[in-house]
Amino acid sequence: MAHETEIYHDPSNVTNPEHSEHHIVSPLQYCMVFGTLLVGTAITVIAAYIDLGWLNPVIALAIACFKAVIVILFFMHVKYQSKLIKMTVGAGFFTFIVLITMTLSDYISRAWGMW
Amino acid sequence: MDNVIATHPHTHETAVPAEHEHVVLPQHRHHFETEEQQREAGSFGMWLFLLTEIMFFGGMFFAYLLYRNWYYPAFTVASNQLNVPEGAANTAILITSGFFMALGVWAAEVRKKGLLVVMLILTTLFGVAFLGVKADEYHEKYEKHHIPGASFSTAMFTNPAAYGLKEEPLAPDMAEHTQIFFFLYFAMTGMHALHMIIGIVILFWLTWRAHRGEFSAGYVAPIENFGLYWHFVDIVWLFLFPLLYLINRHPLK
Repeated sequence: MAHETEIYHDPSNVTNPEHSEHHIVSPLQYCMVFGTLLVGTAITVIAAYIDLGWLNPVIALAIACFKAVIVILFFMHVKYQSKLIKMTVGAGFFTFIVLITMTLSDYISRAWGMW
Repeated sequence: MDNVIATHPHTHETAVPAEHEHVVLPQHRHHFETEEQQREAGSFGMWLFLLTEIMFFGGMFFAYLLYRNWYYPAFTVASNQLNVPEGAANTAILITSGFFMALGVWAAEVRKKGLLVVMLILTTLFGVAFLGVKADEYHEKYEKHHIPGASFSTAMFTNPAAYGLKEEPLAPDMAEHTQIFFFLYFAMTGMHALHMIIGIVILFWLTWRAHRGEFSAGYVAPIENFGLYWHFVDIVWLFLFPLLYLINRHPLK
């Protein structure tokens, strides 16, 4: 066997590690996220009492999604995690969207043309 | 420490032994090459569990979406019977609990044992406060006969004027569908509360272990992964609150 030409596989996963360097999120960042979440909650409640027609549920959900994203990125450290973790989190929400889309398309098409 | 395993010399093969410096920590399992790799494997496993949780709660959110679309008049008037001040206060309480949990993870990272214990206790206290407010809301539903089942009453929805409500009265069949709203309300907030109760039990255990100094010497994984769970439960509530409490608050003219 020609050992000279063999590709080095880095069995220890040390030379070029796939996991990211450990990062500690600072308390200041946590405070900013905390403040943003409280403000978001206040806006959600105030917006619900204003008649904006079809925009009401859209705004409520948009704020909820924004809050969820900053919780995931900072409180749950995903912003500072490896690609593996980011892909895993993304895959979870993607699968959830597939669940919603497929089931809704069935639901909507059941009575297709009967309205 | 319970989690101590044999700290035998590492004998597994490495390409270049000199490059592979081992810091022998008691929590470092020998089948992981580095501490970071072990840590990432743990986070990965925790996230896989949370994905199953997304699908679990997702099913209920989907049921909500369909029935809300189907029985919208029943859903709006039933939603307006929920207690917004208590729901909003609970949102703030839960966010605060999550904030202290995040600070707890930080305290463990920088190895401040006393601070970690305090943060875990604060997380627990706000979690219990949330459940207390929730219990009060459930009690209010009981008093109004808004718990689905034999004692459920549609009176408030068929004859709102008699209760001083400015809602449009519903036909009896649509009024019956308010039970579906309350069923989903109890199913979703109930499963959420169950997750909180399980979390609080785990918090007692983690606080005890933190007090013994298990997480302030470089081994943060249990605190970090519990934090992921706790924040996930937070996120579920961030969606439950607007979807259940704030469907149609504005036209109460």
